[in-house]
Amino acid sequence: MTLSDGTGTAAGLPAQSPPVEPAQTGAAKSPRIGWGGENSENTIRNLVLVGVLVVLIAIGAFTQPQLYSDSTWVWNNILSILQLASVIGVVTVGMTFVIIGGGIDLSVGAIVALAGVWATTVATQSYGAGGMIFTAIVVAVAVGLINGVLISYGKLVPFIATLAMLVAARGLAAEISDKQTQISDSAFINGIAAGKLLGIPLLVYILAVVATIGWVLLNRTTFGRRTIAVGGNVEAARLAGINVKRHTMLLYGLSGLCCGIAAIMLTSQGTSAQAAMANLYELDAIAAAIIGGTLLSGGRGTIVGSMLGVIIFATITNLFAINGLSTEAQNMVKGGIIIAAVLVQQFRFKAVTRFLHRNKT
Amino acid sequence: MTGPGDVVLRLTDVVKTFPGVRALDGVQLEVRAGEVHCLLGQNGAGKSTLIKVLSGLHRPDSGTVEWLGQPVTFSNPQAAMKAGIATIYQELDLVEDLTVAENVFLGHEPKVAGFVRRRAMVARTTGILGRLGHGEIPPRRAVHRLQAAGKQIVSMARALSHEARLLIMDEPSAVLAHDEVENLFRIIRELTAQGIAVVYISHRLEEIRTIGDRVTVLKDGRTTAADLSAAETPTSELVSRMTGRTIEYVFPPRVAAPAERAELLAVDGLSRAGEFTDVSLTVAAGEIVGIAGLVGSGRSELLETIYGARRADTGTVTVAGRRLPPGNVGAAVRAGLGMAPEERKSQALLLGEPIYRNMTLSTFTRIARLGFTSARRERDEADRVARSLDLRPSDVGRPVRTLSGGNQQKVVVGRWLLGDTRLLLLDEPTRGVDVGARAELYRVIHRLAAEGVGVLLVSSEVPEVLGLADRVLVMREGRLIRTASAGELDEDTVLDLVMAGSLMEGTPI
Ligand SMILES: Nc1ncnc2c1ncn2[C@@H]1O[C@H](COP(=O)(O)OP(=O)(O)OP(=O)(O)O)[C@@H](O)[C@H]1O
Ligand SMILES: [Mg+2]
Repeated sequence: MTLSDGTGTAAGLPAQSPPVEPAQTGAAKSPRIGWGGENSENTIRNLVLVGVLVVLIAIGAFTQPQLYSDSTWVWNNILSILQLASVIGVVTVGMTFVIIGGGIDLSVGAIVALAGVWATTVATQSYGAGGMIFTAIVVAVAVGLINGVLISYGKLVPFIATLAMLVAARGLAAEISDKQTQISDSAFINGIAAGKLLGIPLLVYILAVVATIGWVLLNRTTFGRRTIAVGGNVEAARLAGINVKRHTMLLYGLSGLCCGIAAIMLTSQGTSAQAAMANLYELDAIAAAIIGGTLLSGGRGTIVGSMLGVIIFATITNLFAINGLSTEAQNMVKGGIIIAAVLVQQFRFKAVTRFLHRNKT
Repeated sequence: MTGPGDVVLRLTDVVKTFPGVRALDGVQLEVRAGEVHCLLGQNGAGKSTLIKVLSGLHRPDSGTVEWLGQPVTFSNPQAAMKAGIATIYQELDLVEDLTVAENVFLGHEPKVAGFVRRRAMVARTTGILGRLGHGEIPPRRAVHRLQAAGKQIVSMARALSHEARLLIMDEPSAVLAHDEVENLFRIIRELTAQGIAVVYISHRLEEIRTIGDRVTVLKDGRTTAADLSAAETPTSELVSRMTGRTIEYVFPPRVAAPAERAELLAVDGLSRAGEFTDVSLTVAAGEIVGIAGLVGSGRSELLETIYGARRADTGTVTVAGRRLPPGNVGAAVRAGLGMAPEERKSQALLLGEPIYRNMTLSTFTRIARLGFTSARRERDEADRVARSLDLRPSDVGRPVRTLSGGNQQKVVVGRWLLGDTRLLLLDEPTRGVDVGARAELYRVIHRLAAEGVGVLLVSSEVPEVLGLADRVLVMREGRLIRTASAGELDEDTVLDLVMAGSLMEGTPI
């Protein structure tokens, strides 16, 4: 598509004063190069992330050629990477919304633990799998909404409110479980993580469904638009008539909902729950979102990017595992990647657009 | 050393492109010491881009910039400032959380052994503010607590804090009230008398006639006229050089004088401590009511309070017979109110988002079906408004960030032309909008009124209030001191009322 050669503009001019020459000839000269707003930038960014993923896989193939020569192993390895990404991926969907909305949620790991523990008490388990799932979701959403109320109506800084919630929720989880590991007796719950459909683990399907719903919610619904508006310019959103407080509260509730789903997945994976589960998930989720291009200051980010961020992290973990390297080294590499991602976020897009432009004109 | 009248700055064939736009397409400019050189051009002509090239914010793609006889390229604003070029940007660029003094001396704080000399900094700030006629602004106050005009004064103080030989001002008068503009001119004259060159950008031709020496006209990124006399060139020539067509800069006549119409807005005894006191007013359907007053007289605060963006201490706002809950913008919007706020960047726009999404920011919920948004329908609606306001470029998929200042303003006003606004609150709606588009905007406002929309308008430009409104309210120090039909008032009377209140006795409301 190109800008019209002035005829479009001319239509808007008063009839009694026709333009002597086409208006805005300057703009009309060069073709429009995908200025679909943020979309083109997002596409570029996501392609870069896919490139990073390819490089990581190439490193794997290079360091372990004999493993990679076995196609069954490769397929299974891909599945195990995706399975590794599934729980944190679900948490990251909620986190992405919160960050785009201009906030941060440090309590996600703690909410997962509290929901998991609450769902596996003897009392809850007596209601069966349905009762456990219901409990996990309700507990997690409730805690998320408490975060939201504290932040939007109590005017607490998100960082502080959710940090306090992190401590409190883990404390409550330890209290409820008496610091014991609670075994899940539900065959249904335990079967989720073990189950496969068409050879692909059920947990991967759950992530796919949650991420798809998240994508639709962000890109195609008024809820998503409000999220972007509130995070992009909170005063402008307020003056446009958006109920900023209620929306902020709902965002944390949404993050809680994702944590509730993750709690069931994680409980199923370990066939148990304990107060220390999902440790440091908040860091992984925030890091994945940032690597995926979500602006920490809010107003911008994509679900696709966040999911690529999660998968990149899972691939790194997997890479270290197949090479028998320590988790310490792995954490250092992850830290480096986060810093690189933020630096790149600041510089890359100016450079890329400039480059594209040079080539077109 | 250059004497008065020598050329200090010369631009030859300067080109600057952005993705998809040739913002500058061969600009020539020559500025002499001690002159006020005016840059004229429509919204999007490239004026701001040009001064950003001069001040080191943008690097030109090609062409030469000669400063004091030497070809230069400034790689950043600091370099330009060091060389003696100070700039007041169109979009305020202050650090909101720092104090006035810290902003004024940002980047060149007076220091001893690495420590900032706070007391000296505050003292010098007080001095500069005093020179600007605004000794009342406390140097230690955080900038975000100032109103728009106050912020403008601070950025002016910042430019003056440098020992500049060229001062560039990009629409400095846009946020200033009448008397402050006078004040600004006094300062400009002082500076030019010292041999300092001034580049002055404004869409108000009468200002250019008063203060300018020579004029350069830009159109679509090219110099279409240079070395025109600011005082003598006929308006028609300036306008046709800018636009390539002739526009009468007049207020279109009202289609029909409003007959007896239903009362739409009733404000009763509205007060907010320290801002305005006991304000009562009404706006009928199809009526345009203008509020005249100085910056700081409480006009913007009043508008924001009616809209629910601020919570009234006492008093009520009634729309079509229904009381609005105080401090609730959502309820006001649902009742059919819309407000174009004073500061577009901080109060109205999502700069990174496309134009159409900014236009539909208050209507996307209504355009959506079952909570699902539709980019196509939103674009169609935005396209319609973009055409009626002559938005340039007209492609509504562009990020708002890439629009020129005047075009961003059109987006802010255009937002409320979508949907079913019944009462429009406009705070400085034509700020930074060029002559041609201004006429479009006036036409649109009249059309809305003809359709039965009530309009409450705040403007620092008295002719705009008088020309546009049916009824004028004069506000001073937070009180309404006079109501009259626009025909009964003239510019001088309003200015007298606004400033001294000399006619106050004998003609109470
Ligand atoms: N960062 C940018 N990216 C892309 N296009 C831009 C950018 N900045 C400006 N432009 C485009 O360059 C052109 C010139 O803009 P500029 O801001 O210089 O206009 P102006 O003469 O200052 O207008 P106004 O009177 O409205 O302030 C416009 O078409 C604008 O859309
Ligand atoms: Mg400009």
